[in-house]
Amino acid sequence: MSELLTVEDLTIGFHDADPVVEKVSFSVRSGETLALVGESGSGKTLSCRAVLRILPRAARIRSGRITLNGSAGRTVLTALSERRMRAIRGDAVSMIFQEPMRSLSPLHRIGNQVIEVLNLHGDQGTKAARKQVLDTFERVGFPDPERAYNAYPFEMSGGMRQRAMIAMAMVAKPEVLIADEPTTALDVTTQAQVLGLIKDLQRDTGMAVILVTHDLGVVANMAQHVVVMNKGRVMESGPAPLVLGDPAHGYTRKLFAAAPAIPQVANPAPAPSHHDLILDIRGVSKTYTMRGASWKAGATVQACRGIDLKVPRGKTLAIVGESGSGKTTCARIALGAELPDPGGEVVFAPEAGGPTIAVHAMDRAARTAFQRKAQMVFQDPYSSLSPRMRVVDALTEPLEIHRIGNRRDRRDKAAEMLAMVGLKRDMLYRYPHAFSGGQRQRLSIARALTLDPALLVCDEPTSALDVSVQEQILTLLEEIRDRVGLSYLFISHDLAVVARIADEVAVMRQGLVVEQAPPDTLFHSPRHPYTKALIAAQPTPDIARPIDLRLVSQGAGAPSSWPEAFRFSETAVPALAELAPGHKVRCHV
Amino acid sequence: MTILRYAIYRFLTMLLTLVVVSVMVFVIINLPPGDYLSNQINELRATGQSQGVAQAEFLRTEYALDRPLWEQYLIWVGFAPGPNGFSGLLQGDFGWSFEFDQPVADIVGGALWMTVLVNLSAVLFVYMVALPLGVIAAARSKTWVDYTAAFVGYLGLATPNFLLALILFYYGNKYFNLPIGGLMDPAFEGEPMSWEKVKSVLVHMIVPTFVIGTSGAAAMMQRLRANLLDELGKPYVETAQAKGLSPSRMLTKYPLRMAFNPFVADIGNLLPAMVSGSVLVSVVLGLQTIGPALLAALKSQDQFLAGFVLMFVALLTLVGTMISDVLLVLLDPRIRYGARET
Repeated sequence: MSELLTVEDLTIGFHDADPVVEKVSFSVRSGETLALVGESGSGKTLSCRAVLRILPRAARIRSGRITLNGSAGRTVLTALSERRMRAIRGDAVSMIFQEPMRSLSPLHRIGNQVIEVLNLHGDQGTKAARKQVLDTFERVGFPDPERAYNAYPFEMSGGMRQRAMIAMAMVAKPEVLIADEPTTALDVTTQAQVLGLIKDLQRDTGMAVILVTHDLGVVANMAQHVVVMNKGRVMESGPAPLVLGDPAHGYTRKLFAAAPAIPQVANPAPAPSHHDLILDIRGVSKTYTMRGASWKAGATVQACRGIDLKVPRGKTLAIVGESGSGKTTCARIALGAELPDPGGEVVFAPEAGGPTIAVHAMDRAARTAFQRKAQMVFQDPYSSLSPRMRVVDALTEPLEIHRIGNRRDRRDKAAEMLAMVGLKRDMLYRYPHAFSGGQRQRLSIARALTLDPALLVCDEPTSALDVSVQEQILTLLEEIRDRVGLSYLFISHDLAVVARIADEVAVMRQGLVVEQAPPDTLFHSPRHPYTKALIAAQPTPDIARPIDLRLVSQGAGAPSSWPEAFRFSETAVPALAELAPGHKVRCHV
Repeated sequence: MTILRYAIYRFLTMLLTLVVVSVMVFVIINLPPGDYLSNQINELRATGQSQGVAQAEFLRTEYALDRPLWEQYLIWVGFAPGPNGFSGLLQGDFGWSFEFDQPVADIVGGALWMTVLVNLSAVLFVYMVALPLGVIAAARSKTWVDYTAAFVGYLGLATPNFLLALILFYYGNKYFNLPIGGLMDPAFEGEPMSWEKVKSVLVHMIVPTFVIGTSGAAAMMQRLRANLLDELGKPYVETAQAKGLSPSRMLTKYPLRMAFNPFVADIGNLLPAMVSGSVLVSVVLGLQTIGPALLAALKSQDQFLAGFVLMFVALLTLVGTMISDVLLVLLDPRIRYGARET
């Protein structure tokens, strides 16, 4: 079989600067999947967008040839007029994007946005087009295609929106589908299902897929061929089993080492001890009243229900769950940023054997003292640092607020903190924009540490970062914890990330802790269907361990679809039962 | 049907707001000590003209100015019977202007409609100019088209309205033989409506519309451009491109639709800004709008005239915001289904 799409010696640059993509070549055949792998800034996204010639305004294709050898004959895409290129887009070659939340227009119905593709490229009547759209909706897994047709994007979950995007890309039966990080913004279980869908569609239609991703686990599950890119150049390319099984290039090996994976565990861990707690969350629930439109009554939402969690001093407790599971609400309540419903309380013990603080009954002075001892690291280092403050100002501000030391002391402390997170002293006088994502997250960690806190709440501290950077940040967090005896409350949606750092993991779903155990115990013998689904959905960079979609769909559905013993509803919730020492599961025993 | 329910709901809240506004207007007008008549009586007494005093005293009881303030308010609005039964704003009796010695309705009657006419045409002008210019400036951002539009816009923003009015009058009259001042040829004043009269009014409107609308149009153009540029960077624009849409259809169907929200939301703000902004212009241009009448009434504590004009402006504002709110709900499904979103 011959190559369907060939990219040869592609070079792309902005203005007159050095090229950001240099002499990149790859090709893909019908029915095959090619993965472009790399970290942010590697040029993988630009390379794949160049195929459709949808590039940022300042970017130019300087040289190279892109050829489509499809059913309509041989076409050199790089030489086409803009007008004829438009006939290719969405028809022979279509694309799905990273953020389903923002890639659909919020003001137009899904059906309208999808049928537009057929109106542009097809010549069938409205009725036939509508039928074809509905068929495609059914194919991508909408339970009620008619309803989806008339729905607006904001009425759907992220996974459903990505299905709508896929439907939009598939509706004209393209020969090549370009998927630019199609699942990065989705929860793991949703990611597994969407990947499964793309694979199924490919099997049905025989299209070629170019998959852009940073996740080697996704590659192992999807691709026949792999191209590894770094800094605009191809580092290594070849058949997936070869590249993944025995990476030849140093950069590929580095990516492998950094890729988080759920370890295969031989034995469950011993039960963690719960004496000398630094943070004790007791019976905390949180109910939000949604402010309805002004002419309707508001509805209530239970963000978390009856949470009991304990963080022993010097240890890490991780809360894992999908978006909307209530994990961030927990963290906010633990820090006193949010008041729990009556009945719940949070007790904080800054020093072993010392006096304790009830976090939600503090006066002004107690609150200031508490804030010195409990700090937070946020998810997005790009928006959590003020772009108008120099690093030194950002780092000394907490000290100023708490009136610690004089100017000189504060600056020395800031420099010391920079050294602690692995940055250089001369960076003190720069602004945040001069730093990469990983460096910025180091800065936020430094900022959180300047007050010498005892407890650090980390809210998805690595999910906005590249894998290799994520690995460095996790190592840094572990180092600091062991050096200064910090305790962490670590929030994440990624089991593989917490696998290495956590001493105990609480898995949350719909506001409830469904399973709680040390990570090794969880990975060795997960009991709850949702935990099993989370573990199964985690893509592993190993071709021999593909995602088990059956396990995923069993556990990731609504609680009412779980086996009888685990089911819960709004009103009837089984208790957390300790099935083995240190291993609690929410089930009817 | 949600939309109908919303419109009704919005209308009811508007009425409620109007009541609150009427209380405030009335209280504020009565804040300075005394009223027009008691001032006059004091003056007459001081100069010893006693028969004038009797007439003023009569007017005071006639218009219930001798009663407590809250009663005066209720009578003024028409919630309570006055000396002559129910006759307040609600019943269509706008009161008596002491300054001009005429019923308020007679003074503002014609001016009212002229005000609405001038300001509506200014609003139309704003939208008709700002929409195409803003879109072109955004679509061709950072080219000479954009820079020229911005330059003209800033010029419009920076020039004082009355100055612009004088300049336009001079050159409009010199080169295009446009009439100076007034809203119609003096020959038509008091005449019944006729085709000729309408034509005269239209010709007279050209300069005022331009003068009152320019700064608003310039501001709105810049806002639309900025909004549109923001929208053009959003991922859904890429999605539309990847479908194979042509740039112009893509622009009008997606980003423009999104950038339209602030545009529509401005209707409510535009109306009052123009009414109050056009007072000075009206004085300079000699337009018979209610602007100059309001100025005179406020100066001389002519409370019924001032109260009526203020209420009228408030009504315009409230109707404007109501229209933009209902339009927003029609335009944006996220607002329409807001309650369903979780």
